[in-house]
Amino acid sequence: MPMLLSGADWAVALVFVPLLAALACFLVPRAANWLGLLAATLILLAALGLVGGLLSEGPLRVAVGGWGAPLGIDLWADGLSAILLLMTALVGFGVSLYALAYFAGHPRQQRWFWPLWLLLWTALNGLYLAADLFNLYVMLEVLGLSAAALTALSGSATALHAAMRYLLVSLLGSAAYLLGVALLYHGAGTVDIALLGERLEAGAVAYSALLVMATGLLLKTALFPFHFWLPPAHGSAPAPVSALLSALVIKASFYLLLRLWLELFSGLAGPLPALFPELLGLFGVAAVLWGSVQALRQRRLKRLIAYSTVAQIGYLFLAFPLAGALSNADSMMANGAWQAVLYLALAHGLAKAAMFLSAGSLLRFAGHDRIADLDRAVQRLPLTLTAFVLGGVSIMGLPPSGGFIGKWLLLEAAFSQGRWGLALVVLVGGVLAAGYVFKVVGYAFTPTEIAQEGAAVPLGMQWSALLLAFGAILLGFAAPWLWPLLEVGAAP
Amino acid sequence: MNSVLVFALAGVGLILLGLHALLVQRHLLRKVLAFNVISSGIFLILAGLARRAPGAEPDPVPQAMVLTGIVVAVAATALALAMIQALRTATGRTRLDDDGED
Amino acid sequence: MMPTIDAALPPNAWLPLLVLASSLLPGLVIFFLAEQRYWTRTLLNLAGSLIKLLLVGAMLWGVFHQQQYAASLPLLPGLDLVLRVRPLSLLFLVLSAGLWLLTTLYAIGYLEDSPNRSRFFGFFSLCVTATVGVAMAGNLLTFLLFFELLTLTTYPLVVHRGSEEARRAGQIYLAHTVIAGALLLAGTVWLYTLTGTLEFTTRGFVAGLVEGHRWSLIAIFVLLIIGVGVKAALVPLHSWLPRAMVAPAPVSALLHAVAVVKAGAFGIVLIVYDVFGVEVAAELGVTKPLALVAAFTILYGSVRALFQDNLKRRLAFSTVSQVSYIVLGVAIVGPLATVGGLVHLVHQGVMKITLFFCAGNLAETLGIHQVSEMDGVGRRMPWTMLAFSIGVFGMIGLPPVAGFISKWYLGLGGLEAGLHWPLFVLAGSSLLNAAYFLPILHRAWFREPPDTWPEERDFGGKKETAWLLLLPPLVTAALSLLIGLFASMPFTPLEWARLIAEREFYQP
Repeated sequence: MPMLLSGADWAVALVFVPLLAALACFLVPRAANWLGLLAATLILLAALGLVGGLLSEGPLRVAVGGWGAPLGIDLWADGLSAILLLMTALVGFGVSLYALAYFAGHPRQQRWFWPLWLLLWTALNGLYLAADLFNLYVMLEVLGLSAAALTALSGSATALHAAMRYLLVSLLGSAAYLLGVALLYHGAGTVDIALLGERLEAGAVAYSALLVMATGLLLKTALFPFHFWLPPAHGSAPAPVSALLSALVIKASFYLLLRLWLELFSGLAGPLPALFPELLGLFGVAAVLWGSVQALRQRRLKRLIAYSTVAQIGYLFLAFPLAGALSNADSMMANGAWQAVLYLALAHGLAKAAMFLSAGSLLRFAGHDRIADLDRAVQRLPLTLTAFVLGGVSIMGLPPSGGFIGKWLLLEAAFSQGRWGLALVVLVGGVLAAGYVFKVVGYAFTPTEIAQEGAAVPLGMQWSALLLAFGAILLGFAAPWLWPLLEVGAAP
Repeated sequence: MNSVLVFALAGVGLILLGLHALLVQRHLLRKVLAFNVISSGIFLILAGLARRAPGAEPDPVPQAMVLTGIVVAVAATALALAMIQALRTATGRTRLDDDGED
Repeated sequence: MMPTIDAALPPNAWLPLLVLASSLLPGLVIFFLAEQRYWTRTLLNLAGSLIKLLLVGAMLWGVFHQQQYAASLPLLPGLDLVLRVRPLSLLFLVLSAGLWLLTTLYAIGYLEDSPNRSRFFGFFSLCVTATVGVAMAGNLLTFLLFFELLTLTTYPLVVHRGSEEARRAGQIYLAHTVIAGALLLAGTVWLYTLTGTLEFTTRGFVAGLVEGHRWSLIAIFVLLIIGVGVKAALVPLHSWLPRAMVAPAPVSALLHAVAVVKAGAFGIVLIVYDVFGVEVAAELGVTKPLALVAAFTILYGSVRALFQDNLKRRLAFSTVSQVSYIVLGVAIVGPLATVGGLVHLVHQGVMKITLFFCAGNLAETLGIHQVSEMDGVGRRMPWTMLAFSIGVFGMIGLPPVAGFISKWYLGLGGLEAGLHWPLFVLAGSSLLNAAYFLPILHRAWFREPPDTWPEERDFGGKKETAWLLLLPPLVTAALSLLIGLFASMPFTPLEWARLIAEREFYQP
């Protein structure tokens, strides 16, 4: 397919467009709105361009500034990173549309939202395109800082508490990660992922690096038992920020852990590489069950959705014990468990963003997010409720949706390996998810004792949530188109 | 005892001290200081253990990484301090509450 | 390879897709209509249902002449979403399409001046889309997809009224169907990992696995049957059904005669015949327990019905009992029993919907909800009660109403398989049916009416009730009679069931 620009150009654009836009929004706050929208559109185009470039040219590696590894910063894209970049671009675009309407009338928040969000986006794109561990550290840190700052955007005491806790956890996590980088450099003399993959050998250095980095990244991904910071943070941030946090930010540290595991650690000899995935699986089980049960107990909508994220993250980690030991990314195509992970991550990104955005609309309408007092929201905000339900369908793993595809693949892997316990957890998680999603829907049909007046909710907010929800459903039909992209996955 | 071991032990010691303080100290400012101590420990390990091959000259690449790390830590500390200030203005306290349902 | 969508779908792929579209598209449009757009909505509804009926009729003709209709879409690596119209599909399709038209008419009359009609009819149409999708499913994955879609689209209908009671009924409904869905999914995926395919095949596709995986197959069978059995209201999975009576009468009519319960029974038919194959199932030893569960359900449902005063709840328990006739026919391994079970799919649908339409008429026109309020109502609403009486005779199994035909074949089927107890179950059930239905008729026709009805609505002068409410039950009652009287003519449900049983049992 002839392209105006090559895949490499698109990759560079993906990092620099949001960065420059962030600066521009910071300097010219009055134009922030449409600068942000322009950037979102360009990033979406760039992501699509990158996907096109990958499909025609194969995995690519860009030496920024012409320096080249190991001293220069390289950008590297394969199927896995491209899919996550595309997800980030789609969700980011939807949330940007929503934010245009959401912050109208809140100039202070609007002023700071755009630069911070675009910085966050830079960090996400940079993270997915990074080829060496230290660049990843920088991106990870920028990600954490901008995410924490965004969490505090509303300025309320609750938000500030949650943001402070989030910041401390985030900093601890990246510090642990950096320690691991130090150990790996000491052990292998490079931080370039590809080179490390070749040079790293089993031993105390590699094992301690794995443990330390995994701890740090698990903290940032909020896997049980490191999830304690997530519900307050995601629950008290403004709705578009919650969407970004749950849908995108969490995925970045997960991606990093996955990448490290696949490229560096899973092929090592010794007992730890065999035990590690089982341990992650165990935490995943706990996350699914604990998160779902807690979600059922919530009386506030955004907290419920936040606990749902805790549970959904658990699913992603169930794939680790099911995938067995793989040492290169290009086996992903053949391995049902990793395909499941990718699908679940994608679907969750779209669906959870849709759910948080709908919650934001409901909050704007009623002035509160008490679940029992939704007061016939289904007839007064039908678009919003539809977005919530469709997102919920994907979260529950009901067909047709991306979540169903992911759930199916996970179950297939579990049943074919005789892992009945994991299969049971997946199924129970789905039933519990139906419990908390329909708890909300049920109350959306009933009136409250005293009918409440509702504030107007801009159509932009309602439709952007609905579009993201449709995306989650359409993802259920897109599998045949995604596989070829995943195939573009050999390590450079 | 060679210098690498000294750096490594010192670094680990700093990290552990900082971690302890981060978890135990209630005052937010102390937590931020603890984080800085942890970072220093990590930088020490990074710079001190850095050698391309044993016995060779110190490697400048990790020192560059440490510099970047220090910059990052400064930015992080700045954000943390700003947040503590905002928290103090909003609530009058400088401790994190236990999170509860509102 | 990148998949391509064939720009020109083969002609035989269009019909199944159009059948889906004929209710999907009107449904989606109706959601956006304002409440007052009565004529637009009615037009869309009726046009959609008529078109669907015509298309199904065309496919009926085609399949009779050995035409193939199929459409597929890749969904997962190695698994497609497949619509395939086979004789069995048509049995369910004709029932759904025909009864949808009548229920739409009825619902238009019933819900006049009710709030949220656009939402109602939108979900109504989506529900039928899911039902025909279930009917046309070509493999277990497609079946699963539309089956779960059925849950999602019927929930808003159950909670439509928005009362606390409706919300709770919806919760119970969901609790049952979601857990059942999880079991169905578990069975399906497990089966797929063993067989590598999920295509519905005459005589089933698991025969080769009986050797090494006997216990796995039995476990899968149990999972699948419970998964669909909840919707089919097998005891003890049935408790959602009486609670769901809180929904408006057209919903009860649709749920009980056409969509949900029939889909569950249809699922059991598919699992026994086209996944396992009835002989393999018998070999695995699972048909006997299934038959016992069916028998227990038949009797239990009837006994519970005896003690209900609320008319719709009595009918609900009657449904619980009657649908298990289908399961009994399936579980007794034999061509005649198969015919009995399959044909009852249609017969029970037509008869039960008559009863529900009438119950709805009584509630709408006179405010009658309890049996004890029905004294002398035959004088006030003779046509309604006439239809009701025909339905009752069918339920009891009196000729010439259709219900007799099904029971006849089921009894014969039991004998053919060398079993005597089905006869006792059928006889006992008929007696119980008489015990809880005949007193209603007696009250209605032979007792003195009260001075005032609980809540009478005036439909103008001497009219019994709105004609939109009167016509559908009369049509379905007439159908129950005609299907029974002319059972051996071509294109009746009985002949069609015979055709299916032949292809399942006799053709290699």
